[in-house]
Amino acid sequence: MEARVLQEFRAIVGTHGLISSPEGLRTYECDGLTNFRVLPLAVLLPSNTGQVQAIVRVCHREKIPFVARGSGTGLSGGALPVENGIVISLTRMNRILEVDFPNARVVVEPGVINLDVTGRVQPQGYFYAPDPSSQSVCSIGGNVAENSGGAHCLKYGFTTTHVLGLEVVLPDGSLVHLGSKCLDAPGYDLLGVFVGSEGTLGIATKVILRIVKRPECIRTLLAAFPGTNEAGAAVSDIIAAGMLPAAIEMMDNLAIQAAEAAVHPNYPDCGGLLLVELDGPVAEVESLMQQVDELCRKNGASEIRLAQTENERMLVWKGRKAAFAAMGRISPNYIVQDGVIPRTALPRVMSEIARLSEEAGLRVANVFHAGDGNLHPLVLYDRQIPGQEHAAEALSYKILELCLAAGGSITGEHGVGEEKKRMMAKMFDEPDLDTMQRVRCAFDPLLLANPTKVFPTPRLCGEKPGEYVPHPLEVAGIAERF
Amino acid sequence: MLGTKLIQEELSAIAGGQNVRAALPEDAVYGVLPQWVVEPETEEQLAAALSCANAAGIAAVPRGGGTKMDWGNPPKRADLILSTARLHRIVEHAWADLTVTVEAGCTLQSLQSTLAEHGQRLAFDGLWPEHATVGGVLSTNDSGVLRLRFGSLRDLIIGVTLALPDGTLAKSGGKVVKNVAGYDLPKLATGALGTLGIITRAVFRLHPLPWGARTLSFATDNAAEMQQLILAIQGSQLAHTALQFICAAGDSPRADILFEGTKAGLDAQEAELRKLLGSTSVQVESGAAWNRRQELADSLTEKAALAKLSFLPADFAAAAGSLQAMGSSQKIHWQGVFQATGIGTLRLDGEIAQLGKFVEQLRSEAERRGGSLVVLRRPAGLRALDSWGNPGDALPLMQAVKHRLDPKNTLNPGRFVGGI
Repeated sequence: MEARVLQEFRAIVGTHGLISSPEGLRTYECDGLTNFRVLPLAVLLPSNTGQVQAIVRVCHREKIPFVARGSGTGLSGGALPVENGIVISLTRMNRILEVDFPNARVVVEPGVINLDVTGRVQPQGYFYAPDPSSQSVCSIGGNVAENSGGAHCLKYGFTTTHVLGLEVVLPDGSLVHLGSKCLDAPGYDLLGVFVGSEGTLGIATKVILRIVKRPECIRTLLAAFPGTNEAGAAVSDIIAAGMLPAAIEMMDNLAIQAAEAAVHPNYPDCGGLLLVELDGPVAEVESLMQQVDELCRKNGASEIRLAQTENERMLVWKGRKAAFAAMGRISPNYIVQDGVIPRTALPRVMSEIARLSEEAGLRVANVFHAGDGNLHPLVLYDRQIPGQEHAAEALSYKILELCLAAGGSITGEHGVGEEKKRMMAKMFDEPDLDTMQRVRCAFDPLLLANPTKVFPTPRLCGEKPGEYVPHPLEVAGIAERF
Repeated sequence: MLGTKLIQEELSAIAGGQNVRAALPEDAVYGVLPQWVVEPETEEQLAAALSCANAAGIAAVPRGGGTKMDWGNPPKRADLILSTARLHRIVEHAWADLTVTVEAGCTLQSLQSTLAEHGQRLAFDGLWPEHATVGGVLSTNDSGVLRLRFGSLRDLIIGVTLALPDGTLAKSGGKVVKNVAGYDLPKLATGALGTLGIITRAVFRLHPLPWGARTLSFATDNAAEMQQLILAIQGSQLAHTALQFICAAGDSPRADILFEGTKAGLDAQEAELRKLLGSTSVQVESGAAWNRRQELADSLTEKAALAKLSFLPADFAAAAGSLQAMGSSQKIHWQGVFQATGIGTLRLDGEIAQLGKFVEQLRSEAERRGGSLVVLRRPAGLRALDSWGNPGDALPLMQAVKHRLDPKNTLNPGRFVGGI
């Protein structure tokens, strides 16, 4: 990077807000998806919106691509730096600016940790509903970029359901406000477009969140089935009975073993474990839990446990939330996938995954948000064995193709990022992707915001303001003009 | 611009002569009489007809059941009505997966009755359900009483197909509830008043019909007291589905609350509510209370306006206070149905000149509090009144999105915010 630009960046964020030494940059070369690595030219750590704007204005003038980054826990490479670009880390913008209980709104900066929002409002009986497994470390800004989910989105919805407004620095450095504390602000729902756009439309610098009153009671049931098919049939019956549980999670035997080895949640040893959580008024929950119990037994549950205390309940969840990391106990390396299928396709897709796993000679552990059909197959492999990493990647993509063939999606909550952008062309047709690209061009005509992510082949925007200058992506041969 | 005859021939070639007709007086949009009405039978035909209009440089106005054609500003031009009337199939009700794929012209009522066969519903109560279509309620972002519990249409739509002016049929989202692949264009299309593309099909997530429902009502002497009770209810652990307040000039406010669930749950909730409200008397009501928004809209005369007020839930008393004070000083009679979400539907009656002034004042008051006032329907004499109010600093971005998708301003020109 040219010294004068670096000097300009330093003037904006100060010496302590700029990282440019190779060893310092190493920390930022990847996010939670570690098999992709790119060293950025510099990392900037702004501490307010004005600094973010100033940085982005320089990027715009100099045509330097930038990648916004929160806590770096993303699992699809969304915060992976781009070649010849900088990283803008929002971790220093971590203040909770306003808590408004009468209106159930909280205003935060993007670097605030997800769980800290709940921590702040819990004493008054509220919580922030989206709960990705990484919630103790992931940031709200990252959640906004990825439209993060979690186990409880079956009932409570996703990040997009709970974000009411945003302050956004656009890729030309200008500031806009999308949505507001009140509902249905006049105009297009650009807020809805921005949430989940994976850092390709700008940088959120302020977020208005909705908080939710904690229900009167929460009950969690654990049911052990011979296999995932039986557990899946119980899920279908629960849904068909007209219930909307707060969460329904499923784990197969390999996932149970891993969780047991890691955090000892004392799960029953079985082929398919179901975790069903109901919440609401006591009278309602008690009568429905009785039904859930019966439906599980009807479908062959051998053991059913209802968590008796809050500690027991937390332990049940600890095992589930630790499931990904727990894979480290039973395999040197693993790939987490994030496919979605219509819930009814579960038995068919599961047996196909088993077949593919056998064919590839690689173990696959399965953890699902069963209520909404979001699968997290974990492909286990050993990087030291030549060819295994490649085989594991190939297997994980084949599983996503299975999900698409079943009418599902390549990602339910982790995002497309770097990892799955090639799969986008399998999920969408060319006109679909072109239309999304047109929306992107309205926000970012120069394609500077996380330019290489989400879309299979980034296309440059038709109308070029000013004189023609080849885009860095064009020079690098990754994009073409259209 | 192509000659009229040529355009008609081309439209007939696309959609079949039987589906193209000359517009009648009742097809006028705000007094602007279009030349043709086309009712395509397929999404492809609709996209092709739109593309034909775009190429010919004529303005296209999408239409579903035609119940809300006077929402938004009067169009600058209107040459061709593109009706979704013949696109009314329910493509797939995947009841076990709680999703439905439906064409845009399907009426809400027809959709709901099909879903009810499997004990399910789209958790949305729109105006004029017997005529209002899926595409129409989405485009206008109509919003009813169930929003408190289930969110608005933007939270229920999971997939969309849009016909764009260049003839593209573009899908986004999908058929599964949880899906973050690509931009969320279903949300972009929701509330866009057909100015970006024409919705030809939508996929929704569904909810089970409740086992039972109970409506309870209570009244207070004034809005301030009502505000206290609202905050108490919203801050409690009651799991109500809807909560609305009925208020009118000079009258004391009353509220309706809806509980859904099992018999045991309903009994417990009712007991809890009575405890919470203390000395306030609570009556069990029929479900008819939930038609009040519809009744308000139906009661409209040619001299009245219908408006949508957005406010912070804790500002209800302040909003009602402004209405009361400004209404009495300007001789405007008002009636409102307010939801605890912070959305109110208002009927405003008065002399035309006063009414226009009142709307402007009420709007600036609402905007000062961070909300908005959108005029849904206005008397003919208020043609120049802007429907939307201030779209904020994102207007240039909205215009850029419009320009990328509809560069020739073919769709509904002039009806949306900021002249879009």
